[in-house]
Amino acid sequence: MAVVFRKTPVLTDTVMHYCPGCGHGIVHRLVAEVIEELNIQDRTIGFVPVGCAVFGYKYFNIDCVEAAHGRAPAAATGCKRVNPNNVVFTYQGDGDLASIGAAEIVHAAHRGEKITTIFINNAIYGMTGGQMAPTTLVGQKTTTSPYGRDADHCGKPLRVAEMIATIEGAAYVERVSVDSTPNIIKAKAAIKKAFQCQLDGKGFSLVEVLSSCPTNWGKSPAEAMDWIKSDMIPYYPLGVKKEV
Amino acid sequence: MAKKLMKGCEAIAEAAIQAGCRFFFGYPITPQNDIPEYMSARMPKVGGCFLQAESEVAAINMVYGAAAAGARVMTSSSSPGISLKQEGMSYIAGAELPCVVCNMVRGGPGLGSIQPSQGDYFQATRGGGHGDYHPIVLAPASVQEAVDLMQSAFDLADIYRTPVMLLADGIIGQMMEPVEFPENPVRRELPAKPWATTGWAPGSDRPRAVVNSLYIEVDELQEMNDRLQARYKEIKEKEVLVEKYNTDGAELIICAYGTVARICKSAIKLCAAQGVKVGLVRPITVWPFPEKELAEVMAQDSVKRELTVEISAGQMHEDVRLVINGAKPVDFYGRPGSYVPTAEEIFEYIMKTREA
Repeated sequence: MAVVFRKTPVLTDTVMHYCPGCGHGIVHRLVAEVIEELNIQDRTIGFVPVGCAVFGYKYFNIDCVEAAHGRAPAAATGCKRVNPNNVVFTYQGDGDLASIGAAEIVHAAHRGEKITTIFINNAIYGMTGGQMAPTTLVGQKTTTSPYGRDADHCGKPLRVAEMIATIEGAAYVERVSVDSTPNIIKAKAAIKKAFQCQLDGKGFSLVEVLSSCPTNWGKSPAEAMDWIKSDMIPYYPLGVKKEV
Repeated sequence: MAKKLMKGCEAIAEAAIQAGCRFFFGYPITPQNDIPEYMSARMPKVGGCFLQAESEVAAINMVYGAAAAGARVMTSSSSPGISLKQEGMSYIAGAELPCVVCNMVRGGPGLGSIQPSQGDYFQATRGGGHGDYHPIVLAPASVQEAVDLMQSAFDLADIYRTPVMLLADGIIGQMMEPVEFPENPVRRELPAKPWATTGWAPGSDRPRAVVNSLYIEVDELQEMNDRLQARYKEIKEKEVLVEKYNTDGAELIICAYGTVARICKSAIKLCAAQGVKVGLVRPITVWPFPEKELAEVMAQDSVKRELTVEISAGQMHEDVRLVINGAKPVDFYGRPGSYVPTAEEIFEYIMKTREA
């Protein structure tokens, strides 16, 4: 019988803890498939965050480091500087990267650190139970913005991809989404380009992925994907923000 | 090798390089800037990497990543900066990684001063960050001793897979003294690092490496903590360093570490000139604290009392009291902040309290 589909060996057989409809599982698979296709499993090191992807080291079938909250880009820097032939990536959520780790991500880009960051933007803190993130949309209700995010009170959401693209050391920055099959295919292509950018020694690369959190958004998986399209993409336009 | 006159910070940096340290991540703060400055000039010449981080927080996390990759790595800072590194040090301890952290202690709390202090003793010896852990803490009293301790600091870190801290008051970092770098330093046998994240695929000759301090199940976390505590017990049994000076037949034992211990030696000489026999117990490892050694000295019939001298409100004094445990009178002399006592005033205090 012909094999028409098999799971990439860059993912372990461990059952993922993610909620039904969560985008993390999709993005994990895309990253792992890219690592397989680029034939770099034996030299790729993954730095996972604090947040929903904290158990990423159980799923990515490569050497992994669990970093402190927000510090993955700094820890990845240490690793990359020791073994420049390693392919080093961080996988971070919006609380981790855009809030507590804002300095670390900006300066990894600023140094042109030859690492790749996969940034999951689901407009909320997932693991801690749905608190407001810097990426939470205006009016969006969370457990710490129960009346909806008020721009006068706590500002408007941070556009990370655009911000990182202004930094000289950033070589490739793109925003993608996993709300639909065509967009998932585009997301994988972007992730592949980001890793290739590192392999080519061009500098820092980041892919921001608009992703779903049905549990904390209070939506069904299908409604969550629709909300990415109707509410997130208009504020967070998709596309390449920087490519050198 | 001939003796060279060197500033403490630079000698410490050179000693680290000679001990095989090839990665340094730091951030400017007085009075330790000579360490990153020296490293920035030397590292490229020895095939290593110096990187100025965006913060102390980033620097210690770069250390975390480099240690995970199996490198000999260090960072240095001074008190307020060391506070910022505590989260990272807790992760390094929890993930069982080796590294060396140098603290050129300045006055506190807060921004404090840039003058020497010993106010970070609690933070250094109790762990400093969250959770049940201890770094090994080495406290030099001279530039030469700082050089010698840097050599063993990296070995200790590798053997016990733990952060090791060089705890030096700002005087050690800023003064110049003649130093000699050993031509053939004694090297301990070092374990391999099969846990390092250097790249793995199915079929590799080691298990997949995961550097992590997250153990979400109670039993798994217990296992990790038991492993750490077993290691700490072994460190306490094997790695205590202490200097005993003039302790045989002394009527008073001074406990002091670092530069203050040297000042105390001068005070002890002033006492001897008056016919008063005073001895000194100087912990070189302040964690593990030389409990047995201090207890033995204090148990002598000649010893009537103890005096701890520190540039603090009496931090090491708590360890001293735990050891003596009420068996004999203890006393403390010193002030918090950056006030460095003179030999004369220590001498006068000893004589005054003796008559009282």
